[in-house]
Amino acid sequence: MDTVRAAIPGALRKLDPRVQVRNPVMFVVEVGSVVASAYFIYALLTGSGPAAFLGQISVWLWFTLVFANMAEALAEGRGKAQADTLRKTRTETVANLLKGGSVTQIAASRLRKGDVVVVEAGETIPGDGEVMEGIASVDESAITGESAPVIRESGGDRSAVTGGTRVLSDRIVVCITSNPGETFIDRMIALVEGASRRKTPNEIALSILLSGLTMLFILVVVSLQAFATYSAAQVSVPVLIALLVCLIPTTIGGLLSAIGIAGMNRLVRHNVLAMSGRAVEAAGDVDTLLLDKTGTITFGNRQAAEFRPLAGVTASELADAAQLASLPDETPEGRSIVVLAKHLGFRDRDLGEDVEFVPFSAQTRMSGIDYHGERIRKGAADAVTAWTRELGATVPDDLAAEVEAVAALGGTPLVVVRNTRILGVIYLKDIVKGGISERFEQLRTMGIRTVMITGDNPLTASVIAGEAGVDDYLAEATPEAKLELIRREQSGGRLVAMIGDGTNDAPALAQADVGVAMNTGTAAAKEAGNMVDLDSNPTKLIEIVEIGKQLLMTRGALTTFSIANDVAKYFAIIPALFAGAYPALGVLDVMALHSPQSAVLSAVIFNALIIIALVPLALRGVRYRPLGAAKLLRRNLLVYGAGGLMAPFLGIKIIDLIVTGLGWV
Amino acid sequence: MWSFLVLSVAVLGVVTLLTRPLGAYLTAVFSGERSARSRLIAPLERIVYRLCRITPDHEMDWAGYVSSLIVFNAVSGALLYGLIRLQGYLPLNQSGVAGQDALTAFNTVVSFVTNTNWQAYSGESGASTLSQMTGLTWQNFISAATGIAVMVALTRGMARSKTRHIGNAWVDITRAVLYVLLPISLALSLVFVAQGAIQNLGAGTVITTLESDTQTIPGGPVASQEAIKVLGTNGGGYFGANSAHPFENPTPLTNALQVIAMLAIPAGLTNMFGRFVGDHRQGWTLFAAMLILFCLSLTGMYVAERAGNPVLEQAGAAQHAYSGSASGNMEGKETRLGVGDSVLYATSTTAVSCGAVVAAHDSLTPLAGGLAMLNIMLGEVVFGGVGVGLAGMFLFALLAVFIAGLMVGRTPEYLGKKIGSREIQLTILAVLAVSGTVLIGAGTAALTPSALDALLGSGPHGLSEMLYAFASGAGNNGSAFGGLDAATPFYAAAIGIAMLLGRYLFIIPVLGIAGSFAQKKAAEESAGTFPTHGALFVTLLVGTVLIVGALTFFPALSLGPILEHFLMQAGTVL
Repeated sequence: MDTVRAAIPGALRKLDPRVQVRNPVMFVVEVGSVVASAYFIYALLTGSGPAAFLGQISVWLWFTLVFANMAEALAEGRGKAQADTLRKTRTETVANLLKGGSVTQIAASRLRKGDVVVVEAGETIPGDGEVMEGIASVDESAITGESAPVIRESGGDRSAVTGGTRVLSDRIVVCITSNPGETFIDRMIALVEGASRRKTPNEIALSILLSGLTMLFILVVVSLQAFATYSAAQVSVPVLIALLVCLIPTTIGGLLSAIGIAGMNRLVRHNVLAMSGRAVEAAGDVDTLLLDKTGTITFGNRQAAEFRPLAGVTASELADAAQLASLPDETPEGRSIVVLAKHLGFRDRDLGEDVEFVPFSAQTRMSGIDYHGERIRKGAADAVTAWTRELGATVPDDLAAEVEAVAALGGTPLVVVRNTRILGVIYLKDIVKGGISERFEQLRTMGIRTVMITGDNPLTASVIAGEAGVDDYLAEATPEAKLELIRREQSGGRLVAMIGDGTNDAPALAQADVGVAMNTGTAAAKEAGNMVDLDSNPTKLIEIVEIGKQLLMTRGALTTFSIANDVAKYFAIIPALFAGAYPALGVLDVMALHSPQSAVLSAVIFNALIIIALVPLALRGVRYRPLGAAKLLRRNLLVYGAGGLMAPFLGIKIIDLIVTGLGWV
Repeated sequence: MWSFLVLSVAVLGVVTLLTRPLGAYLTAVFSGERSARSRLIAPLERIVYRLCRITPDHEMDWAGYVSSLIVFNAVSGALLYGLIRLQGYLPLNQSGVAGQDALTAFNTVVSFVTNTNWQAYSGESGASTLSQMTGLTWQNFISAATGIAVMVALTRGMARSKTRHIGNAWVDITRAVLYVLLPISLALSLVFVAQGAIQNLGAGTVITTLESDTQTIPGGPVASQEAIKVLGTNGGGYFGANSAHPFENPTPLTNALQVIAMLAIPAGLTNMFGRFVGDHRQGWTLFAAMLILFCLSLTGMYVAERAGNPVLEQAGAAQHAYSGSASGNMEGKETRLGVGDSVLYATSTTAVSCGAVVAAHDSLTPLAGGLAMLNIMLGEVVFGGVGVGLAGMFLFALLAVFIAGLMVGRTPEYLGKKIGSREIQLTILAVLAVSGTVLIGAGTAALTPSALDALLGSGPHGLSEMLYAFASGAGNNGSAFGGLDAATPFYAAAIGIAMLLGRYLFIIPVLGIAGSFAQKKAAEESAGTFPTHGALFVTLLVGTVLIVGALTFFPALSLGPILEHFLMQAGTVL
């Protein structure tokens, strides 16, 4: 209720013709309201004509306008609340500017691109930038709402920091990357407030259609006056205006911009920032989703599922060695090997003295321990065989088969070797997230293809792809391969969405029709994408698509409803117009309305109230269902098309009963 | 009733059966397949190209295409103007017809150039044999070929992607005439002659009647003109009585053949459209929507005509003297044909933008006349004029997809091509041009004293006459409520302008849309694609046509035919 009250001044301010003229449908209503009011005042002053009737018509015409403005103001109001929270973080921060080795304090608002600042624990980062030096934990709750601190460090994919967030520990040196007023937070505020909102392509096309219909109905009503004159059935100008306002698509015309603003806000509520409305619309059109395997389809970590000893090796021998090699290994994979061994009866043991841990390195691609003079290693098959051969030992013949068997299961094989004897293979398994394949099934019914992106080899990738139920996969994916895949999809006329974080994702993000950058990602990725996910949650892509679809569906539903409404209004107003001259046309008055005046008034009131009644739907959006297009169409046509035909018959009749009951006419 | 039902089912059945083979033939002709080039015609085609210096391989963008069509239409219109102004001094003028005055000639020229064939003059007395055989017949072919070319170009625009080219206008017109219109007309004229339609160059025969008066039985090359009149949805009759004249339409068979000929090419084009875009279902969907609208109108008109006029009944003029297809409202009917045949012909000629008539539309019962009018007002999309009718239905499909298509949560696309603001803009322009012309024209007439003086009817019927005239002009139909004196300066000028606006402000946006779609990439169909085939879309399309048509014209119709109907029911006629 408070938000409604807060929206009223905004709604009234929007009555300014300079604002209304941007929306041709509502501008016609405004001109009509002015003319009708003039007739009312003239009737009031001269005592000629039905002043009470004209007064009520005028009032309801103005209401129509205010209600439409109200919808927009309400949508904007929601955004404003979010913007205010954001704005608080922008309050005057002091920046420690680093120049020629000495630190000077200046206001954050005076920082320019390229300046270098130092931020210590407890201080607020003064502007968007890249960490040049150091590592720190940063509280980003101001923009993400997530209270757990995140790590930001120089180099790599976690180097971007956002102005307004707070350093909790350590000290970092930041190179500022944006000028005042252009920072991320500034852009966010502008977006959620709708200040920088531009009409999207489909919205423009729809506005053209609505303006065209408005012109058509102006011609209809003007020519009707000519025909009525010929037929000696005088119709008063205010009644013709009432007819015109009822016919032009005021319902969708009044709610169109509110739907757009609400769509953007819905994204913001999901912690996604779209850089343009165009991107939100494109999200609804997406045909292909590129999803990273890790984090989206599978949990980040693989787990040991089975020990597979080679011929002549017992299972316990292998498990023993595998456990030994993994005991000091703190990686999740390492832990899972220890856990699996424990299930087989090997308890955690204290290694005591004379142990040296050999950590994993990119060169050896193995890890393990040197223990009591024994060298136990686990690692990739080719690394282990090379190592074994170098020591002059032979590689058992059945190793290759065992390794392939694991790969064929979609697992990652880790080979375990004790000194020069290869014992067997550990089967590391990717765990597919629960419910994800149902999600993909839904996407498929909506006509969206999912493509899994992974660095795994094709064999492993195909197994996981099968298990997760994706339509296709890209194995051994390099940034170039991703870019190529996107181009190939697009050349087939498909729209592609992807999510990414690293600098090397930037070209693909830029090429994709919907490129969502993770907030934890690099500045390059964020610049390249057209959306940023503040939660850095790769599953978010699916929700973004749903929000885009919902936006378009809401627009279509209200347009259909608005146009279908007109049929009933004709049956209310046309017989009323000519009831005096041609009582024979009374047959068309299927609603049996009380009097010509009550019929016209009821239609106008219905037309105004339906806008208010549909505001919640416009702001909330039509309920989204993951169905195929044919089913969705049948359903929505029934609800909004057939419903739109019937609803006003009922509504106008009820209003007619009320206004006559109240004695207004 | 049974004879009417059998006749209608037979005629529509034949049209449906013809749709597929005709579509295949049209596809072959306009995609330039060798198989379509008969040995007889291909050399002729080459001669035309050589004489006119046409390079058949040279493709045009939409602007080039549309300007070629317009220039061609304008030049042949100018020649026709000269011909009918000077026909009094030219040979082959056995009946001694004088040249038409400037305004009537303007109206006639526009009328024949735009495929309307609104005849402000009467066939026998307004055009010499030379004018009929050369000027008017030439235009009958050319205007029909222009319409077909427009649809062919639009179809190419949908079938192609990432190109600016939509074909060569000269080639399309040439092929439409040589491969489609000429051969079928030739065959049709022979059938008409065999059935008794006349075909001669005689001045007419003077005979002495039983009452010892003398009467001139006119002659002329009727059968040949008759064929292209219906096949090209032209409608301009050799005689003022049009197809009610036994020399134009001698037997029930020719009557049915004329209806089939009117519907055949517009129906065949739907199939061609489906073939070009690689999905037959798309063509059948448009065909089904047209057929449903046709049947609705046909049924309504038949019911209204069979019910007859209760006022006349009370006055002692029995409307149901005997049962059979001839009973009902017989005013203005050719007694050879009766209500059933007349209603089928009237529905077809208005739905198809032909304008040939076998009955006086002015004498139809109010609702039947209103339905005839509505067929035209819906935009001549129920099969419609050759080519342009399907193009109009295509625009309605765009509107339906655009409005309802959003409800599946995607930017609307038709046949894989996204509908953007440019296409919507052009669609709206075309719809506004045609509907606006009718409303503004009739509205102006309703307030102009000289226009009101030219009416036969008064009250609601007078309004119907004006509405019908402007609908017929802007819709390029050409039939009329004959009570209105079309030869008066107001109507000669105003309807002339309406015909021009209704033709070219429709063709230009349609080709603009063709050009715009040709450049777009077509997306592949998926489960998320809005289905533009099947029963649901047919329903949606029919609903869109009816709702847009009804919303635009319901107020006007309610003061015209609807009011007249209720007054008639109440026993008063104004």
